[in-house]
Amino acid sequence: MRIGLPLLIRLVVFLALAIFLARPEWFASLLTPLTENGAPPVYVQSSLLSLTISHLLMVFAATIASTIVAVGLAILVTRESGREFLPLSRSLVNIGQTFPPVAVLALAVPMLGFGTWPTLIALFLYGLLPIFENTLTGLTTLPGPVMEAARGTGMTGWQRLIKVELPLAFPLILGGIRLSIVISLATATIGSTVAARTLGEVIIAGLQSNNLAFILQGGVVVAALAVLIYDSLLLAERIAARKSGLNRAP
Amino acid sequence: MIEIDAISKAYGDVTVVDNVSMTIEAGSITVIVGTSGSGKTTLLRMINRLVEPTSGSIRIDGEDNGAIAPHELRRRIGYAIQGHGLFPHRTVADNIATVPKLLGWPQDRIDARVEELLNLFQLDPASFGPRFPHELSGGQSQRVGVARALAAEPNLLLMDEPFGALDPVIRAKAQDDLLAIQKHFGTTIILVTHDMEEAFGLADRIAVMDGGRLLQYATPSEMLASPATDFVASLIGTAERPFRLLALNPVERAVEPGAAEGKPISADASQRDALAELLWSGRPALPVTGKDGAVAGRVTVDGLLKQARPA
Repeated sequence: MRIGLPLLIRLVVFLALAIFLARPEWFASLLTPLTENGAPPVYVQSSLLSLTISHLLMVFAATIASTIVAVGLAILVTRESGREFLPLSRSLVNIGQTFPPVAVLALAVPMLGFGTWPTLIALFLYGLLPIFENTLTGLTTLPGPVMEAARGTGMTGWQRLIKVELPLAFPLILGGIRLSIVISLATATIGSTVAARTLGEVIIAGLQSNNLAFILQGGVVVAALAVLIYDSLLLAERIAARKSGLNRAP
Repeated sequence: MIEIDAISKAYGDVTVVDNVSMTIEAGSITVIVGTSGSGKTTLLRMINRLVEPTSGSIRIDGEDNGAIAPHELRRRIGYAIQGHGLFPHRTVADNIATVPKLLGWPQDRIDARVEELLNLFQLDPASFGPRFPHELSGGQSQRVGVARALAAEPNLLLMDEPFGALDPVIRAKAQDDLLAIQKHFGTTIILVTHDMEEAFGLADRIAVMDGGRLLQYATPSEMLASPATDFVASLIGTAERPFRLLALNPVERAVEPGAAEGKPISADASQRDALAELLWSGRPALPVTGKDGAVAGRVTVDGLLKQARPA
């Protein structure tokens, strides 16, 4: 198998990330020039690996919840009986997106206390819009003759949804999930301001102690995660688009 | 037998199908023609309840179609549309198997039926069964679309401009195939088109629609002899009438005793083809061969010209 340059670069990024998370002390000499007054070059208050895992778990949990709600909502408002709720659901989901995540955190903390929950809620609200909009696009732009044939062959509404509409909309839904995950990966760092265990902790520690090395390692790990996840999902989306035979995804 | 009884469909104040009644014989091909907006497609879609009528009723073999759940009704009626509407994420075999699967046929019966239909439509099952619709040509997709419509052995097949997207050569072939398949299965076919040539080529009876009303429902030769309105006459085309009439009848009916020189023509060819051959080759008469290949007589220009007028 021929390995293209883009794939090679991603493999190198993945390996570098894995090694850094497992053995951050090996990179100490590289990071030392960024520190001042003999400050520690590598964040050791808690393990970078466990922070990364907790960061990812939070993002995935929130995305799964957003996916269930957003896809469910999109299915509901594209049915004959739910069509009148389309404008309402659109504005609800839009509100979720326009609320700054910091404001969601600030409002959620008094109700839910510090920690994971306010962050999860902010990520959940933030993830809804891309998935909802993409699912809506996927379900409302299906080719007319195909839908006509689905009805004409005697599929019930449920069978049309499961056998035709969702499989054909799947690549676009996956695209929405991809956007949502990448936004959440970045947004989750803010969760550390309310004591959620995410990679934001490293960045905030760096900002507080004026330690550029901390800021950089937190930021680069988040960025590398985002790029790798984005690329894998894009690949999955392309495969799904080819399988759907519609060829309308990126 | 399909009995359409005073059926109407209105969207608000606009009546798209206006009090249409007609009876369609089992095992026949009925073609509904009309301009766009004539209500022909709406009429067709009321038969399998893709459109619900405002008033009136349709009985299929005596059973009111309004009394059957729409999805169950549609599984019993074949439906083929323009642009075929194949499911792009399913293979050709899976597409054809759609209705049998919905009906819960056992897998071996489904497989056998899919293979039978692919063979019937001259598509090699081993090569075409596993393909996806985007790997097919327009003519192949269209055939698979009709095969899917016929998969569950329906007595009735509805076709909405099924050949509209095909080029003329493939379209003529598809029409011939349809006639052959109709003979093979004895399916009742109701086909909608705006192409008069297609209507005359396929129909046992033609229904002409305009502005939601049924103007005339008659056999092609009756329609040629006495069009009900000026609109029907203009749809047939005044200049086309003698040629359409010749096209309807086989050479067999114009055979005279006697001999003629040159390449013979088969007795079941159309009289229009015979006239064309006579005109083009400049001969006064053609020998006619029967089914056994022996010369049965001849056909002359004068003889054909007598046939080109309504009796």
